[in-house]
Amino acid sequence: MFTRGLKRKCVGHEEDMEGALAGLKTVSSYSLQRQSLLDMSLVKLQLCHMLVEPNLCRSVLIANTVRQIQEEMTQDGTWRSVTPQEAGRAPLDRLVSTEILCRSAWEQEGARPAPGLGDGHVQGPVSDLCPVTSAQAPRHPQSGIWELDGPREDRGGFHKSLDQIFETLETKNPGCMEELFSDVDSPYYDLDTVLTGMVGGARPGPCEGLEGLAPATPGPSSSCKSDLGELDHVVEILVET
Amino acid sequence: FVPSSRQSSLDKSWCGRGQTSSGKSLLILLTADIISTVEFNYSGDLLATGDKGGRVVIFQREQENKSRPHSRGEYNVYSTFQSHEPEFDYLKSLEIEEKINKIRWLPQQNAAHFLLSTNDKTIKLWKISERDKRAEGYNLKDEDGRLRDPFRITALRVPILKPMDLMVEASPRRIFANAHTYHINSISVNSDHETYLSADDLRINLWHLEITDRSFNIVDIKPANMEELTEVITAAEFHPHQCNVFVYSSSKGTIRLCDMRSSALCDRHSKFFEEPEDPSSRSFFSEIISSISDVKFSHSGRYMMSRDYLSVKVWDLNMESRPLETHQVHEYLRSKLCSLYENDCIFDKFECCWNGSDSAIMTGSYNNFFRMFDRDTRRDVTLEASRESSKPRASLKPRKVCTGGKRKKDEISVDSLDFNKKILHTAWHPADSVIAVAATNNLYIFQGKIN
Repeated sequence: MFTRGLKRKCVGHEEDMEGALAGLKTVSSYSLQRQSLLDMSLVKLQLCHMLVEPNLCRSVLIANTVRQIQEEMTQDGTWRSVTPQEAGRAPLDRLVSTEILCRSAWEQEGARPAPGLGDGHVQGPVSDLCPVTSAQAPRHPQSGIWELDGPREDRGGFHKSLDQIFETLETKNPGCMEELFSDVDSPYYDLDTVLTGMVGGARPGPCEGLEGLAPATPGPSSSCKSDLGELDHVVEILVET
Repeated sequence: FVPSSRQSSLDKSWCGRGQTSSGKSLLILLTADIISTVEFNYSGDLLATGDKGGRVVIFQREQENKSRPHSRGEYNVYSTFQSHEPEFDYLKSLEIEEKINKIRWLPQQNAAHFLLSTNDKTIKLWKISERDKRAEGYNLKDEDGRLRDPFRITALRVPILKPMDLMVEASPRRIFANAHTYHINSISVNSDHETYLSADDLRINLWHLEITDRSFNIVDIKPANMEELTEVITAAEFHPHQCNVFVYSSSKGTIRLCDMRSSALCDRHSKFFEEPEDPSSRSFFSEIISSISDVKFSHSGRYMMSRDYLSVKVWDLNMESRPLETHQVHEYLRSKLCSLYENDCIFDKFECCWNGSDSAIMTGSYNNFFRMFDRDTRRDVTLEASRESSKPRASLKPRKVCTGGKRKKDEISVDSLDFNKKILHTAWHPADSVIAVAATNNLYIFQGKIN
């Protein structure tokens, strides 16, 4: 009895496995690869240089690639909006599948990173993301790539959790990538906004506050970093209060 | 302009020349920083390089000297100066890199040499002049410069010029700033020798060399709503003879030729060059690899060349529908595009150049390889710029990349290529068979000898 039950369970389990495997096969490797490419592209767009302006040409090309993938996924019908219950689960599912894909895709291609290039980071940016941690709450959760996000010590790291990246992607319509470029021209932080937000009635107006903060004219390059430090310090104080 | 010999560039053997001040070692080493631009002047006697640290180094060709017959053609350091410094944009809280993106020489009009050098935001006109004489015998001051006591001056003497050790001085004559919101990728001197253009990702401006506080915007592709941005300008150049004509290339693989006579703002092109896409090879990377990284007119002005990620295309200005020639640079990378996208190599911007007679073209690749294509004979060669393969006066051996299957001796397999060693910048002497190849922080100068 026990054995039979076990057997049945085993068989059942095997059948489930087979079914799952068959299911995996029917989910074409193409769509898995495409998803992996989409994830990689989104990560590339989120990573931005802390002190130097990101390369506009590169960003435009990556954004166009993302748009193409989205369009194709929409046509395929694989692009579906996420229901609230699934919201937490779906990204993780995708993470798992892309991690598998990353390994198999690279093995399939036989394209290991060339010597001189190879380090752990190159192998799987997505797999690095699997333990999803957001280091700190970003100041602008919905900000585009052009707004430098987070303090400087996070240089090169992922400021947003993957959930947020997907949320940005899923809650908007396909073709919302345009928003990424909406803030190209605006300054990193709008001091006026920060100051008016903090200011009570008695404080002087934002412009007067601004004058006290930073030298009006750009000083020589040697003082750049110290000025930056000063500004940072002041802005942090303002935000905390 | 003297056309070079009829001999094909590929029939020559290319050997390395270069020296340190002692004249003994093989290569000219710029160990300080990554070279970001290389450019011969109009005569080819001067070769300028710019680097990531904002420095410009100019080399000068040795004149023929009977006592040192082998020294003809060697380039020595002529002048070094700091062109750009790092800056900080306070409004955007961003650094402005001092890296020299482009150098362009002006045609020589007097004893001094002039060049334009640019970083992401500011263009500078530099004057490089020689001083080999010094005035001596002043009335009012001593030899060391101190003023003489007027009561001691009892006679009048006229200062005389005496020779001194050659001193090469570089001084900034003009600074063209605050005209570009985005990163400058190209500058090009007009054939009128009075104006030049500068191009950033979204705009092209026209300058007069004498006027620094004003420039004219001649192309603007910035959309009213930045959210609709899908295409950027990648390179621009003036026609070598027609001062009203220029071209600019885009990240979508198109080239537009514009005539400044038609309107002040050249938003409408006169000609539009684009090769129709091959539907069978379409992939998610198609657009990225079609992005043009460099565009160069031929010396004749009849053709132009465009470099995209995998190929170089030669266009006839009279035929917009498709290129005249397509030369594959490293087609074996097509199956590796996903990896190259992941490690960002797919965004590398390779330049290309013509030889003096427009019969050959050259461009760089990975693993310190560079490629030469002979347009007449349809032959091509892959050469390597590295210390191991460059012995003095020995010819460079052609290299071959093995794409699959059995690797022959001396071939290198695609997976062994070093993608950190990229040759983005090359230059060809305007008349002679001399080429300059920048490999990261090393500059190689090769001379072709007829076999």
